[in-house]
Amino acid sequence: MKYIDEYRKKDLILSISEKLKSVSTKEIVLMEVCGGHTMAIHRFGLPSLLPATIRLISGPGCPVCVSPQYFIDKALAFSRIPNVIVTTYGDLIRVPGSTTSLEKERANRSDIRIIYSVLEALTIAKNNPGKSIVFLGIGFETTAPLTAAAILEARKENITNFFVYSAHKIMPPVMKALVEEGVKIDGFIAPGHVSAITGTAIYDNLASECGLGVVVSGFEPVDMMQSILMLTSQIEAGTPKVEVQYQRVVKTNGNKTAQHLLAEVFETRDDSWRGLGVIKESGLKIRKHLSTFDAEQHFEVRVPESFEPKGCICGLILRGLKTPVDCSLFGKKCTPADPVGACMVSGEGTCATYYKYRS
Amino acid sequence: MHDLIADVFMKHFGNDILSEQTDSAILSLGSDEIAFTTDSFVIDPLFFPGGNIGKLAVCGTINDLAVTGAVPLYLSVSFIIEEGFPMKDLEIIVESLAEEAKKAGVLIVTGDTKVVNKGKCDKLFINTTGVGRISKRDRNISRALDIKPGDLILINGTIGDHGIAVMNARESFNFKSAVVSDCASLNTIIREVLDKTAVKFMRDPTRGGVATVLNELAGKIQLGIVLEESALPLETAVEAMCELLGFDPLHIANEGKVLIVAGKDEGLKVLEIMRENELGTKSAIIGYVVNEYPGRVVLQNQTGGHRIIDSLAGDQLPRIC
Repeated sequence: MKYIDEYRKKDLILSISEKLKSVSTKEIVLMEVCGGHTMAIHRFGLPSLLPATIRLISGPGCPVCVSPQYFIDKALAFSRIPNVIVTTYGDLIRVPGSTTSLEKERANRSDIRIIYSVLEALTIAKNNPGKSIVFLGIGFETTAPLTAAAILEARKENITNFFVYSAHKIMPPVMKALVEEGVKIDGFIAPGHVSAITGTAIYDNLASECGLGVVVSGFEPVDMMQSILMLTSQIEAGTPKVEVQYQRVVKTNGNKTAQHLLAEVFETRDDSWRGLGVIKESGLKIRKHLSTFDAEQHFEVRVPESFEPKGCICGLILRGLKTPVDCSLFGKKCTPADPVGACMVSGEGTCATYYKYRS
Repeated sequence: MHDLIADVFMKHFGNDILSEQTDSAILSLGSDEIAFTTDSFVIDPLFFPGGNIGKLAVCGTINDLAVTGAVPLYLSVSFIIEEGFPMKDLEIIVESLAEEAKKAGVLIVTGDTKVVNKGKCDKLFINTTGVGRISKRDRNISRALDIKPGDLILINGTIGDHGIAVMNARESFNFKSAVVSDCASLNTIIREVLDKTAVKFMRDPTRGGVATVLNELAGKIQLGIVLEESALPLETAVEAMCELLGFDPLHIANEGKVLIVAGKDEGLKVLEIMRENELGTKSAIIGYVVNEYPGRVVLQNQTGGHRIIDSLAGDQLPRIC
C-alpha cells in the first residue's frame, strides 16, 4: 500500500538500527508523547532494534487516557438528562467512571451514540429537533479544530440543540510540566499530527529554555527509527533543537486554516489531566461568544465526587515514571476486556498497547 | 459472549454433545450420524455490498455444517418482522435466501413467521437451523484431535472483507470503497477438499475473526500457532481502512472463509485444490503450528519482530486521532 509499504521496509529499518548503534554512546531517555507512537513502537517491535543506551518512555499523549475521572462522571450525568443524546468517539465509551461507564449507562437506556466524526453529531442534532445533542470533545490540537468547525457550522445553520462538552487539551504545557516536575527526559519524539496543525514553533522553548531535543515524527517504523536517530545525533553532538522528520505532512507553520478555527472558537484554561493534576493553560474552553454551544454553560448537572480506581498507577505511567508491567493490576484485574484504568481502554493507551503487543 | 455461554447456557443446558462446542452438533440416530446447527441473524444494515441478511442467513448455517465435515441437506427459516417493514425489501431478502439455498443444494423444509409491534425488533431478524449428513471419516474434524507441530494453517482467501464491507455500509465514513462482503456458502469447496485430502481441523472465522478462532484452537491443543504477517491475504481497501481506523484485520468478521489445519504434505494439496475453486483463488498458507508459545497465537511481523495476537475483547472501536 502506498505511503505505508515504503515506511515499513525491513532493510531500511535494520540499516537505521545499525547506524544508531554506531552513533549512540550516552545513556539517554526519549519520551514518545503520542499514543499513536507508543502503539507503533510496540507493534513493530522497535525496542529490540535499539542499542541498550537508548530507553523509550511513553508520555501523556492518548486523549482518552488523560481525560480525568471527573470528565467521564460529568458526561454520564449529561447522559441521564431526559431527551439528551450523548455522542462520542468510540474509545471513550468503555472508560470506567467512578461508578459506571458510558457503555453500561447505554445498556441502562441512556441514548449514547458512537460517531466517527463530530459532523455526525450535527446531523443527529438536525434530525432530532426535540432533543439536545451533547458531543464529548476530547483530543488534542488534532481533533479540536474539527470540533471548532462543527460549532461554527452549527452557528451558521442556526442549529440550537447541539452542545459540546469540551475536554480538549493542548500538548506543549504538559510536555513542559513533565520536564519541570523532574521527569528525566533527554528528548521528545513529538506527535506528528499535532504539528501538522500547529507547526513546530510550539516546541521552540523546550529546546531553547530546557535544552531538550524535539523531533516531530511520523508513525511508521522507518519514521520512528529515523526520528530516534535524529534525536540521538542531536544529543550526542550537544545541539538540542526542533527538527521535523515527518516532512511529508508537517510544515513549519502548520495549517493556518485550522489554527484560525481553533483561535476563533477556543481559549486556553487551566485544565485537569488524569494522574497529572491541574496544568496551567493546558485545556481548551469554548469562548464566551459561542457559549450557547457550551454544554457546561447550558446544562446544570450534579456530579458526585469522583475517585480514581484503587491500585491503578495510570498517573505514574502517563508521566513516564512507571511502565504498565510495574502495576499489580496489569494483565490480572485490568485487561482490555475488563479495564480498570483508562490507559487499558484506548487502543492508544500505554497499558492496552503493552497488553496487546506483549511477547 | 464466551462468559455468557459458559456461565449461563452451559451451566443449565450442559450435556456431552453441547460441551463439544463445535459449529454443529453431531447426533447419532441408530447407525447414522447427522450434524445439526442453528444461528440467528441480526445485522445492520440489512443490505450490504455482496449480500443481504437473507443470503447471510443461509451461508452462515451452511458453513457451520460444512466446517464440521457435514454435507448440508435441509434448512428451517424463521422470520421475526417489525410491523411496517417494507414488503418490497422482504421479497428481495427472501428471494436471495431461496437463490442461495438452491445454489448450495439445500432444501428449505420448514419455517415460521412472527410480526411484532414497531420497536419490538430492529426491522428484521432471521433464524436458520440446518441439518446435514456426516460420514464416520469426517466426524472428528471439529475436534482438532491430531494436530502436531509443523502442521500448516490455511485460509481460502482475503481476510476481513465482510466486516469492513458491512461497517462501511453502516457508518457514515463516506469512503468510496469497493470492498464487497465475502458472504458465500462454502460447502462445495469444503467437500472438494475433504474428498481429496485428509485435513485435521476446519472452522469458519466469523465474528471475532481469524484471531479468535485460532486462539480457541491454540488453547484447546495447547500448542502455539505462528502467523506470518507477509502471508496474510488482504484486499488493499481492507488493509487501508484497518490502518485508518486502527483495526486489526485478524479481528474482523468473515462470512465466506474457512481456516484449515493440515499436515505439511496434505496442506500443499489443500492449497492447490482450493486455488482451483472460484471461492479459493487467493488461498494461502498463513501460518503453522509450533511447540513454543503453548496456547498462544503469535504474529511474525514483516520487520522481523513478533507479537501475541489475542481474541477480540468486546467490539472493535476506532481510534480517536
